[in-house]
Amino acid sequence: MFKSITLGQYYQTDSILHRLDPRVKLSATLLYIVALFVVNSFPGYLFAGIFLVCMIRLSHVPFSYMVRGMKAILFLLLLTMTFNLFLTPGEPLVQFWKLTITREGLSTAIMMAVRLSFLVIGSSLMTLTTTPTQLTDAMEAMMNPFKRIHMPVHEIAMMMSIALRFIPILMEETDKIMKAQMARGADFDSKNLMKKIQSMIPLLVPLFVSAFRRANDLAMAMEARCYRGGEGRTKMKPLVYQGRDRIAYVILFAFFAACIAFRATSHMVPFPLGALS
Amino acid sequence: MSLTIEDISFTYETGTAMQVTALDHISAEIPDNQFIGLIGHTGSGKSTLVQMLNGLLKPTSGRILYKGADIHADNFDRKNLRAKVGLVFQYPEHQLFEADVISDVMFGPKNLGLSQEECQRRAHAALRSVGMDKKFYEKSPFDLSGGEKRRVAIAGVLAMHPEILILDEPTAGLDPRGRDEILGLISEMKNRMNMTIILVSHSMDDVAEYVDRIMVMNRSHLVYDDTPARVFTHYRELEEMGLSAPQVTYIMQYLKEQGLPVSTEIFTLEEAAAEILAHRRELHV
Ligand SMILES: Nc1ncnc2c1ncn2[C@@H]1O[C@H](COP(=O)(O)OP(=O)(O)OP(=O)(O)O)[C@@H](O)[C@H]1O
Ligand SMILES: [Mg+2]
Repeated sequence: MFKSITLGQYYQTDSILHRLDPRVKLSATLLYIVALFVVNSFPGYLFAGIFLVCMIRLSHVPFSYMVRGMKAILFLLLLTMTFNLFLTPGEPLVQFWKLTITREGLSTAIMMAVRLSFLVIGSSLMTLTTTPTQLTDAMEAMMNPFKRIHMPVHEIAMMMSIALRFIPILMEETDKIMKAQMARGADFDSKNLMKKIQSMIPLLVPLFVSAFRRANDLAMAMEARCYRGGEGRTKMKPLVYQGRDRIAYVILFAFFAACIAFRATSHMVPFPLGALS
Repeated sequence: MSLTIEDISFTYETGTAMQVTALDHISAEIPDNQFIGLIGHTGSGKSTLVQMLNGLLKPTSGRILYKGADIHADNFDRKNLRAKVGLVFQYPEHQLFEADVISDVMFGPKNLGLSQEECQRRAHAALRSVGMDKKFYEKSPFDLSGGEKRRVAIAGVLAMHPEILILDEPTAGLDPRGRDEILGLISEMKNRMNMTIILVSHSMDDVAEYVDRIMVMNRSHLVYDDTPARVFTHYRELEEMGLSAPQVTYIMQYLKEQGLPVSTEIFTLEEAAAEILAHRRELHV
């Protein structure tokens, strides 16, 4: 029942994107997000969209997985669109009751929707092709310069990787406890809000107990293996850039440069809607 | 006929790379008042199968009938079914949540909408039948030992008065003494309460002594479904599945191969001793 959440979940398969260095993928995602705010014209978004579709094809992850991540933000998406649609001042297009849709409003709404969707799909693409462990490795490596200013980079990365590791475990546990309580007649789909809150107690208490037990076991196991923080710690699989990673960086910067070029040559109206009026 | 399993299959995470077929075209009948052992190697689909029986999981194909009615029909009362088919999960002690033992056991009956007195009466009876003393009733379930917690969890399902009681690996993680206690308890309950019990395990030694019927699962298939004696004649095939016949069966088999005409349909130490003693004469020649 929790398996439908894909945002932040890894999809196991073999593809060039899966084999890419996680640092490349992390930088690519950040750069892509920035690029989405750099471009501001229809051709620019088309270009960013084509780039995204190519990456999805390269990743061998079924497209339906990307769309499932979208479900989580559907509400936010609709809300943003509605506000932009009705509240942007400008040249009126359609008018009914007290609401006015302006040309600028329609144009901004579409632009926001496109940006937000690309942003979410782009970041799910990274998490779908990168294991949480690889991701935190990449973060640790990329935050390394901050060690100079005494930022506990290793500790932050370790905490993140543990937290990420525990998400699927706790989800599985939730599923199990829910089933066990349902076998005792518990009702989790009650429509009544009060009852719904009450029905959470038999789920949450065992879940917390189990989370603390696991945390305790893990701490013990780490101590038993003499873990004492990042000082002088080496890695079994250190991150090393390969040829393909360098090529990926080149493609990435070319993409970003193209986005800047689109920006420089565009007019300010993102979607030319002249045909509509 | 209480439960009928009609050609069910089940797949986890259909349509993804992690797709697993956990059950593959399984059919069986679960009659009243029978003690059944469900055996299989790790990952063979035992837990998945038992979750089908009380409607927690819905088969991808096939049907499950309770007294002739399809349990996934729209108008079927699945909550009532869960009272009739009691399921004790693997490591059931992880589901305890109340402040004291007695309230935890009363959780099931309360969900059935029974009165406070009736819930209490049932909880007391259930705790008594799992051998938990009155002095535990007010204790926090989190302060009990592992074996005691498990008994309380079993009582929590018993208090719903199921017709069929399913126990998923009730001996997992217990020491030999705790194991014998739980198994003894279950077989005693079976005799006293006339219910059908399905005991899930991956050890033949656990179930051989007690059960009337053994169902063997292997890689999501139901491969044998017969009396213990007849299932154990396949001990070579069982070994290939990572299972084995009870240890005494091997001894009897060996003795027979060595020329002692003993019966090989023997699964308990006592029977084995008696059988060997009965052939004492031949032993000396
Ligand atoms: N929630 C789940 N999601 C995905 N796959 C699952 C899930 N639960 C079980 N499986 C898979 O289904 C198969 C059967 O699992 P099941 O739990 O029924 O086995 P089992 O016979 O009970 O094993 P064990 O003796 O270890 O308890 C296994 O291959 C398992 O990996
Ligand atoms: Mg199991």
